[in-house]
Amino acid sequence: MRQLRAWLLRFKGLFLKDAREREFADELESHLQMHIDDNISAGMSPQEAKRVAVMKLGGVDQAKEAYRDRATIPFVESVVRDLRFTLRQFRKNPAFTITATAMVALGLAASVAIFAFVDAALIKPLPYQNPSRLLFVTERTPDIPRAALSYPDYLDWKKLNRVFDSMEVYNQRGYVVSTSAGMEMVDGARVSAGFFRTLGVGPLLGRDFYTGEDLPEAPRTLILSYASWQKRFGGKQEIIGQPITLDETPYFIIGVLPQNFHFAPVENAEFWATLNPGGGCFTRRSCHSLNGVARLKDSVSIEAALADVTRIAKDLEAQYPDSNRNQGATVTPLSEIIVGDVKPILLLLLGGAGLLLLIACINVASLLLVRSETRRRELAVRRALGATRARLIRQFVIEGLVIVVVGSIAGLVSSHWAMKILKGLIPTDMMAGMPYLNDLGLNSRVLMFALAVAGFAAVLFSVTPAFRLSTLDLREGMAEGARGSAGKVWTRIGSKLVILELTTAMVLLVGAGLLGKSFYRLLQVSAGFETKHLITMRVGAPLSAYGEDAQAVALGRKVVEEVKRLPGVKSVALATTLPLSFNGNTAWIRFVGRAYNGEHNEVNERPVSSDYFLTLQAKLLRGRTFTDSEDATKPKVVVINQTLAKKYFPGEDPIGQRIGNTKLSSESIKEIIGIVDDIREGPLDSELWPAVYEPLNQFPHSDFSVVVRTAQAEQSLIPAVSDAIHGIDSRITISSQTTMTERVNNAATVYLRRSATWLVAGFAAVALLLGVVGLYGVIAYSVSQRTREIGVRIALGAQRGTVYRLILKEASALALAGIVIGIVCAIIAASLMRKILFGTPPWDITTLLCVAGVLGASALLASFLPARRAASVDPITALRAE
Amino acid sequence: MSNKTEIWQGTLALMILKTLDTLGPLHGYGIARRIEQISGDRLSLNYGTLYPSLLKLEQEGWIVSEWGVSENNRKAKYYKLTRAGRKQLAKEAKEWNQTTAIVARFLAPAEDQS
Repeated sequence: MRQLRAWLLRFKGLFLKDAREREFADELESHLQMHIDDNISAGMSPQEAKRVAVMKLGGVDQAKEAYRDRATIPFVESVVRDLRFTLRQFRKNPAFTITATAMVALGLAASVAIFAFVDAALIKPLPYQNPSRLLFVTERTPDIPRAALSYPDYLDWKKLNRVFDSMEVYNQRGYVVSTSAGMEMVDGARVSAGFFRTLGVGPLLGRDFYTGEDLPEAPRTLILSYASWQKRFGGKQEIIGQPITLDETPYFIIGVLPQNFHFAPVENAEFWATLNPGGGCFTRRSCHSLNGVARLKDSVSIEAALADVTRIAKDLEAQYPDSNRNQGATVTPLSEIIVGDVKPILLLLLGGAGLLLLIACINVASLLLVRSETRRRELAVRRALGATRARLIRQFVIEGLVIVVVGSIAGLVSSHWAMKILKGLIPTDMMAGMPYLNDLGLNSRVLMFALAVAGFAAVLFSVTPAFRLSTLDLREGMAEGARGSAGKVWTRIGSKLVILELTTAMVLLVGAGLLGKSFYRLLQVSAGFETKHLITMRVGAPLSAYGEDAQAVALGRKVVEEVKRLPGVKSVALATTLPLSFNGNTAWIRFVGRAYNGEHNEVNERPVSSDYFLTLQAKLLRGRTFTDSEDATKPKVVVINQTLAKKYFPGEDPIGQRIGNTKLSSESIKEIIGIVDDIREGPLDSELWPAVYEPLNQFPHSDFSVVVRTAQAEQSLIPAVSDAIHGIDSRITISSQTTMTERVNNAATVYLRRSATWLVAGFAAVALLLGVVGLYGVIAYSVSQRTREIGVRIALGAQRGTVYRLILKEASALALAGIVIGIVCAIIAASLMRKILFGTPPWDITTLLCVAGVLGASALLASFLPARRAASVDPITALRAE
Repeated sequence: MSNKTEIWQGTLALMILKTLDTLGPLHGYGIARRIEQISGDRLSLNYGTLYPSLLKLEQEGWIVSEWGVSENNRKAKYYKLTRAGRKQLAKEAKEWNQTTAIVARFLAPAEDQS
């Protein structure tokens, strides 16, 4: 206790220096006076009296020194002195200070901002209980790695499995609600009753679904998302138990989910209702509409779970060969389903930011080296005056720490803004699929990471010059203008650092180049139709008014007719599923007149209206497309895509052939009347699947997408199109109004690639700049060291050209080493990111050559300036300067 | 080297406390003279070393200081024992006596040990 009190007082003593010194001077003064008085009364002369008094005291300054050491903490005080000295030095050299701290800030800001994203997406646990035990469980087919479950299959899996504590299902769907703004389509999900219990999430308000509440006869209930509760019901507690009408059906609100709950697979679902499986799809084993979520039993591995569900799928396949042929099973950690898409991209970006940080740190380290070089004399003098090596090293450590601390604070502030800006750049649609990014920020993990980065930089910055100190020869340092081995030692270390910098820059540049090329290749992929000047939107009509086929057909015709009338509209078409959305919504087909052994010929099934191909400007290869009059009263027809023709009719003319379902039941038989060039149904980087396009009028739907081809400026026509459709019936809901161009640009594959490309390109540009500046520094320093040598050479008759060559040779050796090592590292790095590349091999020769060229040219430019200075050395000045 | 200083400093602190206990409030010079006198001038004290010790005792709260006027009408800083300081003195004196007694028994002629 007493010790602590003394330390605190001594710490306080660090600050009240002047008053204390003055008081002690007074005390000593009075001490000496009393002693002198005594000495004089003892008979000494005044001079003698004073001499003896001071001697007895042991010297005034010594006494003051000893007193000061006790009044403060000597170590801290000398550190403070070193710190003051450092700050004075830095103030005198603002260019160095700003450059060094800015580089640290840049490196730290980039890596911390990216790390925050990595943390939010990959490190922070999902908001479920024990999320690592949750699995995404579905069927699989030879073509679809994760295919939805059918309801009867789900019931069997749930009953027969031995590896799950519980297994639940969900699917995404929109609900029509009546709001003050009219009918609105709201995102929602349907889940089996134990869904939230399996996730381990309890409601914030109200209750969870009871077991059995998801059965057909149970009353309809729903749970609200927190956002929906706030937005639609003003966060009122009384909402629990209130009725609400969704899709013309009454529901009761029974609960509200917690604020931090999110479930990315259903994006921003507001209403969570129970499954209540009625007829239709839920009764058929072949109708796959559900995704499974299961909690693994303790001590059961994922492999064991996979084996178990595979066994069940096999049994079901044997039992129901018609519907379950080739329907396997798959399990995936739920976290991978949620963050799987962004994981490789984020890791790539983290790698890029890390390299940028590395290059920035190396640059600062070499700046510090240059500085320690120019301070050789100062250091030698301080050594000679008795400063210990430890003391000098401490000086370097303090200098390094000052740079790191100032740079890190600036970096942290910038990273906060960088995060905000990066998050703001994510389109809302994308953000809906990445709810885990919502609480992105400088949390404790991110701060720990920043601290680790700063620590790494601090060690690097204090070790580099301290290491340099060990090569310092005292006598040589003192000698005026000595240009001895120390300079060479530095040049050796410095040039190694530059090679490392250039290598890093090369890796980043190649990475950016490959990503850019992949992105370009992706955009070059033909969608199979003209994407410009297309409006798309989703239309839903109430089943009570449009549930009959004839009503739906009439509605479709009316929509086309009304929209077509608008000025600027060239043509209008309807489709159940828009192109460039996904491969899926498939049918199993079978060919009339061919042997059939029960295999599932899975094809995309797309009911579309008669002007669909005309509106998309898809190319009809053979035959004809259907007409508007081909409805239920006419024979069934179908248009196939080229992939289907190639796969199932090699060397045959498909036109006139007939296809049907697996049983070839009479109502399923359709005649092939045309072949269109492939329209990409899935994302741009997905495979082409066989597809059949059927007349919408023969397969009527009361909800469909509208595709409008405009003359130009499609964006401005969206409101008019919406109004025209609303004009038909105010109960119609319209959602997802957008343009095809935007759909292309905001598609996950395109968006993720584009943002990764831009970010990595940004990192690479900065890395190139830093690398080239580093090279410039080394060459410029080398020239300044060799001024005398060059002077002598010129005096002895060397041509300017020779001097240029001398310097450029040195520079190009470094650049070449950097480029060659860089190419090797880049190919290795690119192989690691092969998953993200598209249509571009990791060793893509053009990219490598271009990048090498860019780096080489920049390196030449950077070394040209010092070379010119060298060539223009005046031999007389150079020799005299020494 | 540092060990010796420590022992010396500890001893010096004890002497200072005892001096203040005996004589009441006193200035640094007076304390120094008193210690020399008591030791019968066998202890050659470097007066300058007294002040860091006084400061240490003050930081630890055993003594407090105050400016006053000396008997010769000189302005001087007076040190005074606190209540805690008095307790500390008693404790340290007891410890010192114990230690010296033990050491003394060690150094006593061999036949005294049974």
